Amino acid sequence: MLASIGGFGVGLAPGPVQMHAPDGFLSLPIAAIMWALTLVAIVVSVKKTNETFDERAIPLMGVTAAFIFAAQMFNFQVIGGTSGHLLGGVLAAVLLGPWAGTLVMAAVIAVQGLVFQDGGLVVMGANIFNMGVVGTMGGYAVYRALCGVLGGEQRGRIPAAGVAAWLSVVAGATAMAIELGLSGTTDVAVALAAMAGIHVFIGIGEALVTMAALAFVQVSRPDLFHLRDARMLPAAA
Amino acid sequence: MSETTPSPTPTPPGTPDRAPKGRLARYWWVVGLAIAGGVAILAATFASRDPDGLNAVAIDQGFKGAGTDPGVGVLPGYTIPGLDGTASTIVAGVVGVAIVFLLVFLLGRLLARRRKDTAA
Repeated sequence: MLASIGGFGVGLAPGPVQMHAPDGFLSLPIAAIMWALTLVAIVVSVKKTNETFDERAIPLMGVTAAFIFAAQMFNFQVIGGTSGHLLGGVLAAVLLGPWAGTLVMAAVIAVQGLVFQDGGLVVMGANIFNMGVVGTMGGYAVYRALCGVLGGEQRGRIPAAGVAAWLSVVAGATAMAIELGLSGTTDVAVALAAMAGIHVFIGIGEALVTMAALAFVQVSRPDLFHLRDARMLPAAA
Repeated sequence: MSETTPSPTPTPPGTPDRAPKGRLARYWWVVGLAIAGGVAILAATFASRDPDGLNAVAIDQGFKGAGTDPGVGVLPGYTIPGLDGTASTIVAGVVGVAIVFLLVFLLGRLLARRRKDTAA
Protein backbone atom coordinates (compact mmCIF):
# COMPACT_ATOMS: atom_id res chain seq x y z
CA MET A 1 0.00 0.00 0.00
CA LEU A 2 2.78 2.35 0.90
CA ALA A 3 4.48 1.59 -2.38
CA SER A 4 1.39 2.61 -4.32
CA ILE A 5 1.11 5.83 -2.37
CA GLY A 6 4.82 6.29 -2.97
CA GLY A 7 4.14 6.25 -6.70
CA PHE A 8 2.01 9.31 -6.21
CA GLY A 9 5.01 11.30 -5.08
CA VAL A 10 7.30 10.34 -7.94
CA GLY A 11 8.52 13.37 -9.82
CA LEU A 12 7.87 15.79 -6.98
CA ALA A 13 10.69 17.49 -5.16
CA PRO A 14 11.95 15.81 -1.97
CA GLY A 15 10.47 16.55 1.43
CA PRO A 16 10.68 19.78 3.37
CA VAL A 17 14.04 21.47 3.58
CA GLN A 18 15.90 21.43 6.86
CA MET A 19 14.73 24.42 8.81
CA HIS A 20 16.56 24.90 12.08
CA ALA A 21 20.16 25.91 12.70
CA PRO A 22 22.50 22.91 12.49
CA ASP A 23 25.57 22.41 14.65
CA GLY A 24 28.46 24.46 13.33
CA PHE A 25 26.49 27.67 12.85
CA LEU A 26 27.39 28.88 16.34
CA SER A 27 30.69 28.78 18.23
CA LEU A 28 30.90 26.49 21.25
CA PRO A 29 30.97 29.34 23.81
CA ILE A 30 27.89 31.00 22.32
CA ALA A 31 26.09 27.65 22.00
CA ALA A 32 26.95 26.90 25.65
CA ILE A 33 25.65 30.28 26.84
CA MET A 34 22.41 29.73 24.91
CA TRP A 35 22.02 26.22 26.38
CA ALA A 36 22.51 27.72 29.86
CA LEU A 37 19.83 30.37 29.28
CA THR A 38 17.47 27.75 27.85
CA LEU A 39 18.07 25.36 30.74
CA VAL A 40 17.22 28.12 33.21
CA ALA A 41 14.00 28.80 31.27
CA ILE A 42 13.15 25.08 31.25
CA VAL A 43 13.86 24.61 34.97
CA VAL A 44 11.69 27.61 35.86
CA SER A 45 8.97 26.36 33.48
CA VAL A 46 8.99 22.86 34.98
CA LYS A 47 8.70 24.31 38.48
CA LYS A 48 5.91 26.74 37.56
CA THR A 49 4.03 24.12 35.55
CA ASN A 50 4.28 21.73 38.45
CA GLU A 51 2.90 24.36 40.83
CA THR A 52 0.07 25.77 38.77
CA PHE A 53 -0.79 23.73 35.68
CA ASP A 54 -4.25 22.19 35.81
CA GLU A 55 -4.52 18.54 34.80
CA ARG A 56 -7.58 19.34 32.68
CA ALA A 57 -5.27 21.28 30.34
CA ILE A 58 -3.05 18.26 29.56
CA PRO A 59 -4.86 17.25 26.33
CA LEU A 60 -4.69 20.86 25.12
CA MET A 61 -0.96 20.85 25.84
CA GLY A 62 -0.51 17.71 23.72
CA VAL A 63 -2.67 18.92 20.84
CA THR A 64 -0.96 22.34 20.80
CA ALA A 65 2.45 20.68 20.58
CA ALA A 66 1.29 18.33 17.81
CA PHE A 67 -0.21 21.24 15.84
CA ILE A 68 2.93 23.36 16.19
CA PHE A 69 5.10 20.44 15.02
CA ALA A 70 2.88 19.94 11.95
CA ALA A 71 2.57 23.65 11.18
CA GLN A 72 6.34 24.13 11.38
CA MET A 73 6.64 21.62 8.52
CA PHE A 74 4.45 23.84 6.38
CA ASN A 75 6.89 26.22 4.73
CA PHE A 76 5.04 29.02 2.98
CA GLN A 77 6.44 31.11 0.15
CA VAL A 78 7.66 34.55 1.15
CA ILE A 79 9.73 36.52 -1.35
CA GLY A 80 12.82 36.02 -3.47
CA GLY A 81 12.96 32.22 -3.37
CA THR A 82 12.69 32.21 0.40
CA SER A 83 10.13 30.43 2.55
CA GLY A 84 9.02 30.80 6.13
CA HIS A 85 7.25 28.65 8.66
CA LEU A 86 5.42 29.00 11.95
CA LEU A 87 7.42 29.08 15.15
CA GLY A 88 4.39 28.89 17.45
CA GLY A 89 5.73 30.32 20.71
CA VAL A 90 3.05 32.97 21.11
CA LEU A 91 0.30 30.51 20.13
CA ALA A 92 1.53 28.04 22.75
CA ALA A 93 1.77 30.71 25.45
CA VAL A 94 -1.68 32.20 24.75
CA LEU A 95 -3.26 28.74 25.00
CA LEU A 96 -1.17 27.28 27.83
CA GLY A 97 0.65 30.14 29.53
CA PRO A 98 4.37 30.91 29.27
CA TRP A 99 5.57 27.98 31.41
CA ALA A 100 3.78 25.05 29.79
CA GLY A 101 4.19 26.90 26.49
CA THR A 102 7.96 26.91 26.90
CA LEU A 103 7.96 23.17 27.62
CA VAL A 104 5.86 22.54 24.50
CA MET A 105 8.30 24.49 22.33
CA ALA A 106 11.31 22.74 23.89
CA ALA A 107 9.69 19.34 23.28
CA VAL A 108 8.87 20.13 19.64
CA ILE A 109 12.39 21.36 18.89
CA ALA A 110 13.97 18.44 20.76
CA VAL A 111 11.95 15.90 18.75
CA GLN A 112 12.82 17.70 15.51
CA GLY A 113 16.52 17.56 16.35
CA LEU A 114 16.67 14.06 17.81
CA VAL A 115 14.27 12.21 15.51
CA PHE A 116 14.13 14.24 12.28
CA GLN A 117 17.69 15.57 12.19
CA ASP A 118 16.34 19.10 11.87
CA GLY A 119 18.43 21.41 14.03
CA GLY A 120 21.68 20.58 15.77
CA LEU A 121 22.19 19.24 19.28
CA VAL A 122 24.97 21.63 20.36
CA VAL A 123 22.92 24.58 19.10
CA MET A 124 19.60 23.18 20.36
CA GLY A 125 19.72 25.52 23.33
CA ALA A 126 19.91 28.47 20.95
CA ASN A 127 17.12 27.08 18.75
CA ILE A 128 14.83 26.55 21.76
CA PHE A 129 15.65 30.03 23.03
CA ASN A 130 15.22 31.87 19.72
CA MET A 131 12.11 30.05 18.51
CA GLY A 132 10.59 29.10 21.85
CA VAL A 133 11.52 31.18 24.88
CA VAL A 134 11.54 34.49 22.97
CA GLY A 135 7.93 33.86 21.95
CA THR A 136 6.60 32.05 25.01
CA MET A 137 8.04 34.48 27.55
CA GLY A 138 8.84 37.69 25.66
CA GLY A 139 5.96 37.35 23.22
CA TYR A 140 3.54 36.47 26.00
CA ALA A 141 4.56 39.56 28.02
CA VAL A 142 3.87 41.71 24.95
CA TYR A 143 0.56 39.88 24.45
CA ARG A 144 -0.60 40.56 28.01
CA ALA A 145 0.43 44.22 27.80
CA LEU A 146 -1.44 44.65 24.51
CA CYS A 147 -4.53 42.90 25.90
CA GLY A 148 -4.47 45.44 28.74
CA VAL A 149 -4.36 48.31 26.26
CA LEU A 150 -7.15 46.77 24.15
CA GLY A 151 -9.57 46.44 27.04
CA GLY A 152 -9.00 42.94 28.32
CA GLU A 153 -8.05 39.56 26.94
CA GLN A 154 -11.55 38.70 25.79
CA ARG A 155 -11.62 41.67 23.42
CA GLY A 156 -7.93 41.95 22.61
CA ARG A 157 -6.94 38.32 22.28
CA ILE A 158 -6.70 37.97 18.50
CA PRO A 159 -5.10 41.32 17.56
CA ALA A 160 -2.75 41.23 20.55
CA ALA A 161 -1.64 37.70 19.67
CA GLY A 162 -1.07 38.75 16.05
CA VAL A 163 1.20 41.64 16.97
CA ALA A 164 3.05 39.59 19.60
CA ALA A 165 3.51 36.75 17.10
CA TRP A 166 4.99 39.08 14.49
CA LEU A 167 7.31 40.66 17.06
CA SER A 168 8.40 37.25 18.35
CA VAL A 169 9.59 36.20 14.90
CA VAL A 170 11.52 39.42 14.30
CA ALA A 171 12.99 39.25 17.83
CA GLY A 172 13.92 35.58 17.46
CA ALA A 173 15.60 36.24 14.11
CA THR A 174 17.45 39.20 15.64
CA ALA A 175 18.66 37.00 18.50
CA MET A 176 19.85 34.40 15.99
CA ALA A 177 21.67 37.08 13.99
CA ILE A 178 23.44 38.37 17.10
CA GLU A 179 24.44 34.81 18.06
CA LEU A 180 25.79 34.22 14.53
CA GLY A 181 27.72 37.49 14.71
CA LEU A 182 29.17 36.80 18.17
CA SER A 183 30.16 33.32 16.98
CA GLY A 184 32.17 34.84 14.14
CA THR A 185 30.12 32.86 11.62
CA THR A 186 29.24 36.02 9.73
CA ASP A 187 29.35 39.76 10.18
CA VAL A 188 26.83 40.76 12.82
CA ALA A 189 25.59 43.91 11.06
CA VAL A 190 25.08 42.06 7.79
CA ALA A 191 23.40 39.16 9.58
CA LEU A 192 21.11 41.50 11.50
CA ALA A 193 20.00 43.30 8.37
CA ALA A 194 19.43 40.09 6.43
CA MET A 195 17.70 38.13 9.21
CA ALA A 196 15.47 40.99 10.33
CA GLY A 197 14.82 41.98 6.72
CA ILE A 198 13.35 38.64 5.70
CA HIS A 199 11.67 37.82 9.02
CA VAL A 200 9.70 41.06 8.91
CA PHE A 201 7.79 39.26 6.13
CA ILE A 202 7.88 35.76 7.62
CA GLY A 203 6.41 37.26 10.81
CA ILE A 204 3.26 38.19 8.88
CA GLY A 205 2.72 34.48 8.27
CA GLU A 206 3.28 33.79 11.96
CA ALA A 207 0.72 36.45 12.86
CA LEU A 208 -1.87 35.12 10.39
CA VAL A 209 -1.53 31.48 11.45
CA THR A 210 -1.54 32.39 15.16
CA MET A 211 -4.65 34.57 14.76
CA ALA A 212 -6.43 31.97 12.62
CA ALA A 213 -5.74 29.17 15.11
CA LEU A 214 -6.96 31.29 18.04
CA ALA A 215 -10.02 32.43 16.08
CA PHE A 216 -10.82 28.78 15.36
CA VAL A 217 -10.64 27.93 19.06
CA GLN A 218 -12.71 31.01 19.90
CA VAL A 219 -15.46 29.98 17.50
CA SER A 220 -15.45 26.24 18.20
CA ARG A 221 -14.40 25.78 21.83
CA PRO A 222 -13.92 29.09 23.69
CA ASP A 223 -13.94 27.21 26.99
CA LEU A 224 -10.44 25.93 26.15
CA PHE A 225 -9.09 29.44 26.74
CA HIS A 226 -9.95 29.09 30.43
CA LEU A 227 -7.73 26.06 30.90
CA ARG A 228 -4.59 28.20 30.95
CA ASP A 229 -5.51 29.90 34.19
CA ALA A 230 -7.61 27.09 35.63
CA ARG A 231 -6.63 26.29 39.16
CA MET A 232 -7.13 22.91 40.66
CA LEU A 233 -9.91 23.28 43.19
CA PRO A 234 -10.92 20.65 45.68
CA ALA A 235 -13.16 18.19 43.85
CA ALA A 236 -16.66 19.63 43.75
CA ALA A 237 -18.41 16.30 43.80
CA MET B 1 -0.60 5.09 31.24
CA SER B 2 1.25 6.03 34.40
CA GLU B 3 1.67 3.95 37.52
CA THR B 4 1.23 7.00 39.71
CA THR B 5 -2.17 7.79 38.24
CA PRO B 6 -5.05 6.43 40.27
CA SER B 7 -7.61 6.88 37.50
CA PRO B 8 -7.20 4.83 34.32
CA THR B 9 -9.35 7.20 32.27
CA PRO B 10 -7.89 10.15 30.41
CA THR B 11 -8.21 13.60 31.90
CA PRO B 12 -11.56 15.17 31.09
CA PRO B 13 -10.81 18.25 29.03
CA GLY B 14 -12.58 21.57 29.21
CA THR B 15 -13.78 23.54 32.18
CA PRO B 16 -16.85 22.00 33.72
CA ASP B 17 -18.94 25.17 33.68
CA ARG B 18 -18.74 26.17 30.05
CA ALA B 19 -17.54 23.11 28.18
CA PRO B 20 -20.13 21.54 25.89
CA LYS B 21 -21.47 18.19 27.01
CA GLY B 22 -21.46 14.90 25.18
CA ARG B 23 -18.94 12.38 23.97
CA LEU B 24 -17.85 14.42 20.94
CA ALA B 25 -17.24 17.47 23.11
CA ARG B 26 -15.37 15.40 25.67
CA TYR B 27 -13.00 13.96 23.11
CA TRP B 28 -12.43 17.23 21.25
CA TRP B 29 -8.71 16.62 21.47
CA VAL B 30 -9.02 13.70 19.06
CA VAL B 31 -10.38 16.24 16.55
CA GLY B 32 -7.47 18.57 17.38
CA LEU B 33 -5.01 15.76 16.81
CA ALA B 34 -6.66 14.92 13.48
CA ILE B 35 -6.30 18.57 12.43
CA ALA B 36 -2.59 18.43 13.31
CA GLY B 37 -2.20 15.25 11.27
CA GLY B 38 -4.04 16.88 8.37
CA VAL B 39 -1.72 19.89 8.52
CA ALA B 40 1.30 17.55 8.42
CA ILE B 41 -0.11 15.78 5.35
CA LEU B 42 -0.83 19.09 3.62
CA ALA B 43 2.65 20.31 4.54
CA ALA B 44 4.27 17.20 3.09
CA THR B 45 2.32 17.72 -0.12
CA PHE B 46 2.20 21.46 -0.65
CA ALA B 47 4.89 23.15 1.47
CA SER B 48 7.40 25.40 -0.26
CA ARG B 49 10.73 23.71 -1.02
CA ASP B 50 12.62 26.99 -0.91
CA PRO B 51 15.06 27.53 1.98
CA ASP B 52 13.53 29.22 5.02
CA GLY B 53 14.63 32.60 6.35
CA LEU B 54 17.69 31.38 8.24
CA ASN B 55 18.86 29.01 5.50
CA ALA B 56 18.37 31.61 2.78
CA VAL B 57 20.56 34.02 4.76
CA ALA B 58 23.11 31.24 5.35
CA ILE B 59 23.28 30.53 1.61
CA ASP B 60 23.49 34.24 0.69
CA GLN B 61 26.25 34.93 3.19
CA GLY B 62 28.15 31.74 2.45
CA PHE B 63 28.01 30.02 5.84
CA LYS B 64 25.51 27.31 4.94
CA GLY B 65 28.43 24.91 4.59
CA ALA B 66 29.43 25.48 8.23
CA GLY B 67 26.51 23.29 9.28
CA THR B 68 27.41 19.79 10.42
CA ASP B 69 25.17 16.80 10.88
CA PRO B 70 25.21 14.85 14.14
CA GLY B 71 23.43 12.04 12.30
CA VAL B 72 21.24 10.95 15.20
CA GLY B 73 17.81 11.23 13.59
CA VAL B 74 16.14 8.00 12.55
CA LEU B 75 13.76 9.91 10.23
CA PRO B 76 16.24 12.41 8.73
CA GLY B 77 14.75 15.41 6.96
CA TYR B 78 11.17 14.30 7.69
CA THR B 79 11.49 11.16 5.59
CA ILE B 80 11.08 7.46 6.21
CA PRO B 81 14.24 5.67 5.02
CA GLY B 82 13.41 3.45 2.06
CA LEU B 83 10.26 5.33 1.16
CA ASP B 84 10.44 7.94 -1.58
CA GLY B 85 8.76 11.19 -2.39
CA THR B 86 5.78 12.82 -0.77
CA ALA B 87 4.55 9.61 0.84
CA SER B 88 7.75 9.40 2.85
CA THR B 89 7.22 12.87 4.29
CA ILE B 90 3.51 12.23 4.88
CA VAL B 91 4.26 9.15 6.98
CA ALA B 92 7.16 10.87 8.78
CA GLY B 93 4.98 13.89 9.51
CA VAL B 94 2.12 11.82 10.92
CA VAL B 95 4.58 9.78 13.00
CA GLY B 96 6.07 13.05 14.26
CA VAL B 97 2.65 14.41 15.24
CA ALA B 98 2.03 11.21 17.23
CA ILE B 99 5.46 11.29 18.92
CA VAL B 100 5.15 14.96 19.90
CA PHE B 101 1.59 14.51 21.21
CA LEU B 102 2.47 11.46 23.31
CA LEU B 103 5.67 13.00 24.66
CA VAL B 104 4.00 16.26 25.69
CA PHE B 105 0.88 14.49 27.01
CA LEU B 106 3.09 12.32 29.25
CA LEU B 107 5.09 15.39 30.29
CA GLY B 108 1.82 17.06 31.25
CA ARG B 109 0.71 14.01 33.24
CA LEU B 110 4.01 14.08 35.06
CA LEU B 111 3.91 17.78 35.93
CA ALA B 112 0.33 18.97 36.16
CA ARG B 113 -1.52 19.24 39.44
CA ARG B 114 -3.99 16.52 40.13
CA ARG B 115 -7.30 17.10 41.82
CA LYS B 116 -6.28 14.84 44.68
CA ASP B 117 -3.21 16.96 45.47
CA THR B 118 -5.14 20.08 46.24
CA ALA B 119 -8.18 18.40 47.69
CA ALA B 120 -6.07 16.64 50.28
